[in-house]
Formats: sequence, structure tokens, C-alpha cells
Amino acid sequence: MTTPRATFLGMPPFPTAARAALADTQLRSNLAHATGTIRAKRAAVMGELADWEGLRQQAARIKDETLAQLDTHLLDLEAALTTRGARVHWAPDAAAACAIVAQIAQGHGIREIVKVKSMATQEIQLNEALAACGIRAWESDLAELIVQLGDDLPSHILVPAIHRNRSEIREIFRTRMAAAGRPAPEDLTDDPAALAGAARLHLREKFLATRMAVSGANFAVAESGTLVVVESEGNGRMCLTLPEILVSVVGIEKVVPTWADLDAFLTLLPRSATGERMNPYTSMWSGITPGDGPQEVHVVLLDNGRTRALADRFARQALRCIRCSACLNVCPVYERVGGHAYGSVYPGPIGAIINPLLKGVGTDTATDALPYASTLCGACADVCPVAIDIPGILVHLRAAGVDAHRGNQPPSAEGLAMRAAAWGLADATRLARGERVSSLVGRLPGGRGMPGGRRALSWLPWPGSRWTQARDLPVPPAESFRAWWRRVGRHEESS
Amino acid sequence: MSHREEVLAAIRRALSPPDLSPPDLSSSVQSPSTVSAHPSPDAQRVDAVPAPPEPTGARTVGVAPAPTEPTRAAVLDQFVARVADYRAEVSRCSPAELDAALLGALAESASVVVPAGLVLAVPGALIDDGLSAAALDAIDAAVTGAAVGIAETGTVVLDHRGDQGRRIITLLPDLHVCIVRESQVVPSIGAALALLDPARPQTWISGPSATSDIELSRVEGVHGPRRLHVILLAD
Repeated sequence: MTTPRATFLGMPPFPTAARAALADTQLRSNLAHATGTIRAKRAAVMGELADWEGLRQQAARIKDETLAQLDTHLLDLEAALTTRGARVHWAPDAAAACAIVAQIAQGHGIREIVKVKSMATQEIQLNEALAACGIRAWESDLAELIVQLGDDLPSHILVPAIHRNRSEIREIFRTRMAAAGRPAPEDLTDDPAALAGAARLHLREKFLATRMAVSGANFAVAESGTLVVVESEGNGRMCLTLPEILVSVVGIEKVVPTWADLDAFLTLLPRSATGERMNPYTSMWSGITPGDGPQEVHVVLLDNGRTRALADRFARQALRCIRCSACLNVCPVYERVGGHAYGSVYPGPIGAIINPLLKGVGTDTATDALPYASTLCGACADVCPVAIDIPGILVHLRAAGVDAHRGNQPPSAEGLAMRAAAWGLADATRLARGERVSSLVGRLPGGRGMPGGRRALSWLPWPGSRWTQARDLPVPPAESFRAWWRRVGRHEESS
Repeated sequence: MSHREEVLAAIRRALSPPDLSPPDLSSSVQSPSTVSAHPSPDAQRVDAVPAPPEPTGARTVGVAPAPTEPTRAAVLDQFVARVADYRAEVSRCSPAELDAALLGALAESASVVVPAGLVLAVPGALIDDGLSAAALDAIDAAVTGAAVGIAETGTVVLDHRGDQGRRIITLLPDLHVCIVRESQVVPSIGAALALLDPARPQTWISGPSATSDIELSRVEGVHGPRRLHVILLAD
């Protein structure tokens, strides 16, 4: 099991994948339990902050200001890192980033690496690329280990195995751990502490033996060249301390200008992510410290679509994201379908905007479907610690998606319907004729009652069925407003 | 074009033409949020890089300005309560009681490692002089000092100077006993950042190693020390 076989590539678009996920009652029960737990914890610690709204506006302003001068801040970061003995690499895309990491490993004859959980390396599919070069990458985060051993896909940004319950995890450890190294204990129970203990023993020998680690970074401080990794388990500390060589793949939007800027983010991130005042471990390092930790340190600055998002003046704010996943935990759509249906390492509301922004709208149907994977209820924007207007960007991207297909031949059904509506509404005579037809339909019996006394149809024959699959259609009124006005309104006005 | 120039050119293209109405950030420094969230006036976000620490072993945290609100005693009480909240063991003692407190904390540990710069004598302890990872993996406990304690979050920060040692010595043993002096405790994250030197490697520790990866329930004890014992030492 050196090569993860599971992949998001070629997965069906969200509506299809969501239908399958909704039928999985175990998944829905696991998700409801986990998201309910985290929502309550987050709400409790957020309540302790005197002015959380002001704090998140401050965090948003820091990120916006940084993004507006991103090139300058990255050059500062590069200079600080270089001064402190780190080597800085730049990667325009996933392939370039993976090649840099592979070359560093190959240059030292390294065939095995350990990894700190990192969204950037998931995004660029580093493990798969390294496997193709004959290099094994071992995930060391507990949830990532569960996903890797189970030949599975991550379904949450923070807790990639959120779709698994404890008995499923026990089964994965019992059947798969031995092939990857130290086997699980014979008497392994499904007690979370016992499962964590099995992971501790399994990974400790890897931490002690492996010469190279790959991490991401939550923040990169430009003025001091400091990288920050926020974690809970200690696997991050192991990877950042024990190996001789450390390579960190850092998205270019992770830079913050000053050391003092960390105040707002270290206050907001743990509370938003795991609902703790502070996560158990935060590691910070600036290049090389002689005699302590890795003595060869590389930093790969990754674009991979971030400049595409940056070019969108309105949606640029999505690059403020600090990957806390609070928006996933409150999203009614995510809670019911889980992360896999989004077909990306970035699921949930943030995934529905970040994927189209990184990859571009109008290139593949699965990505174009994501901005519709939302009810626009706005819960995500309410909890976002950097105040990203996720619903606003969803609508913005829906419009961009329509624009991208405006010239299509043949036109879509929706395009034809809109053209017909434009034709009918543009001329008073044609509108009156249409209203006479709709009022006839409105006088037909049938449909079911709606609040306020209107009736609605729950079923229409094709092609109307494509609408009524997911929505009711209110029955048109028996008399149009204009007809009523001709009959009554004019007389009332003159009287 | 090199990859570096390619990425920089893409950024400059994306930012051009420059935004004519950038958010005015000059006034955001004193956002009301930080004022209320971090009551100490000295805990405010500062534009200046924190002053470099004293080159001698003496820590500069003692000069942390005493906050007017809440009181010093309340800050220390909050520190103790919040360290305990994440299931670290925590005790308070005077310098005279320290030996006994250490003895109690290390009662179950057969082998102990201390950094070379720890001014305190821990009987029977190995002094780290570059011990190998394998040797440290076999040791039960580590005793260190700290750089800063943060009351708001129950955090101890190590910046791995002489009395705290290399990062590895507080990572592999299963028990970490961390001695924090009362003068080192500050109210907030912002106050801690102002005292810390970003050039130093740092480990911010809030409770023992933990995970929420199984059903989002917190479980203590994964890869790092499964027990954290914080001793708050009166000055």
C-alpha cells in the first residue's frame, strides 16, 4: 500500500455524488454527531472573547492588506528565510512543487519521508507524485493515517476521517497497520484512547528512523522568516524536530507581514477549528537553529492557482482563509452529504468557492457545479474567523459559470428558457397572451396547499420534472395582476 | 523565465492595475476588538519588532509591565485554571518548596533528562549534552524552564534557550515537567508575542498531546508527552 489508490479525479459532479452520500445512513449519523460536537465547543470558546467580530475584522484587514502587496511580502519572506539558512523555492503549479520535493529527497538518496498534515501537499497530490518516483510518504496525523491506511479520501479539512466512527477506525487499524509497519495490538478496542495509543506506537518508529519530513505551514511571517505549524498530537513536533531535512510547502497566501500579526490569528484559529482556547502544540521556526532540529531547511512557495484567485478583485478575499473548517461544521449541506461529494481536498462552503477560484470557472463540470452546492443560508459567513463573504462569492461564481457558457452551441435548456422569457416579457401583447395561458393553468384543480393559501405543484412532466425534482412550483394565480387592474383597480383609482 | 519570476509576474499581473481604494489600515491598529479582548494596554498589536532579548541567561519577562486590569493575582489564578482545564497537572509553590514539588512530579519516573542550562539540580537527572534520539526515547521525563506563560489560554512557551534545551528533549519523554516563574506569566497572546524573539525556535504548549480526530472527541496522549506537569513558582 505504498501508492494511495483513491483519488478525487474523475469523481461525478456534486449533485450525483451528493445523492449517493445522502443514502448512506452511517455517514449521516457519523457527521451529525461530529459536527454537532464541534459546533457546541466552538460556540463556548468564542463566547469568551469580548469582541470576536472586531477581532475577525482585524484579521481580515491584515490579510487584505498583505494580499494587496503580496509580491513585496513574499520577497521579504524569501530574504528573511535565506538569511536564516533556509533555501527558498518557487512553484508556479503542482507539478513544479512535487518535482522540487522529489529532487530534494533523491539528492539525499531518501526513499521514505514522514509528513505533517498539510492541505497544500494534499492539494498538489504530493504523495502520489513521490510514489511515482519510488518515495514512500507516511502521513503522521491520526486522521490522515486513518485515511491513508484505509485507502480512503479525506472528507474534512481539519478532521479528514470525520466520516469514520471508532469501530470503523479499529477495523482499519487491525487489518491494515501491519502492512505499513508496526501492527496494531492484538487486543485493540474501539476506545479512542486505545486507538490513539496504537497510532503512537506505530508511528514512533517511523519518526525515529526517517531522515526527511515534509510539512505545510499555517502562517509565514515575512519580517522574521518564521514558519508556524499549529497542531494537536505532537506528530508535527516530531516531524519538525527529529529529521535532518525539512521541506515545507507553503501557499503564497500564508504570508503575514509581522510577528505581531500572529496575535489575531493564534487567537482565532484554534477557537474556530477545534473549539479550544489554544491547540496543544504550536511550533515556530525561522530557518536553521544550529544544534537543534533539522539542519537542512527548504521552503517551497506555491502558487497553483492562487494568483488566478488573486486576480478576481471581489473573490480575492477567499485567500484570507486560514483553513479552520468552521464553515464546514455549520453548513447544513456539508453536514448531510459529507466531504467526499465535493470531489476535492477542500470540501464544504470554502471548497465550493476555493476550487473554482484556483482551477478557473468553465473548465470542468464538477468544479462548475460546486457554487451550487449551497442553500446560501449564510451560516458559513457568520462563523468565518476572517469574515469571508462565502455566499456572496458563491453567487459571483454562479454568474461567472453562466457567463463562461453563454456562447455555447447548442444552448442549454436554461439558456433557451431565459431567451423565451426575454422574448415574452419584452412586449405587452405577448405578455398578455402568456398571462391568459397561465391563468387557465391556475384554474385547473390539483396541487397541494402552501402557507398563505396558495397551491403548489410537486410534480411536472419532463422537462418540467427537472425543476420539480428538488422544488415545488407555485400554481400561477387564476387572474394576473394586469387583468385584475383592468377589472377593478382603475375604478378604485377614479372613485 | 525562472519559476520565481513566473510566480512574481503572475502576482503583479493579478494586482494590476493597483486597487485605487485600498482599505485604510492605519487606523485598524487600535481596533476596538483588541482593546477589549486584551485588557492590558501593552498587549496591543505593535508595529515594532519586539526588542531583542537579553544576551545573558536572564529572561526579560520579569520586566513585563504589570497589567492594571485584571490584577496580577487574577492573571496567575487564570493561568493555573486554564492550564488545568486541558488536563495538564499544575501546582504552585515557593522556591523553598520547589525540591519537594519536583520530587512529587517525578515520583513515577525512573529516568529524567534536564537541559544543561537548568540552574536547578534535579537529583539523578541526566544532563543533555547532545543525547541521541534513541537515548531520549528511553527516558521517562524531562524537566525544563519556560520563556513565557499565557494566562488567557493556559499556554507555556518554550524558546529553547539554555534552561529549556533542545526541542527534542521535551518531545520524546512521556512526561514534561515545566517550571514557570510567576513573573513570566502574561495575560494574553499579544503580550507573549511582544516578549518573544521570532529568531528563536519556539514551542507553544497547551496541555498534553491530544487529538480530536476520532468523532471530534478530545483524547489526551498521542505523540508528544502524554503528561504535562506545570509548576508555577513564586518569585
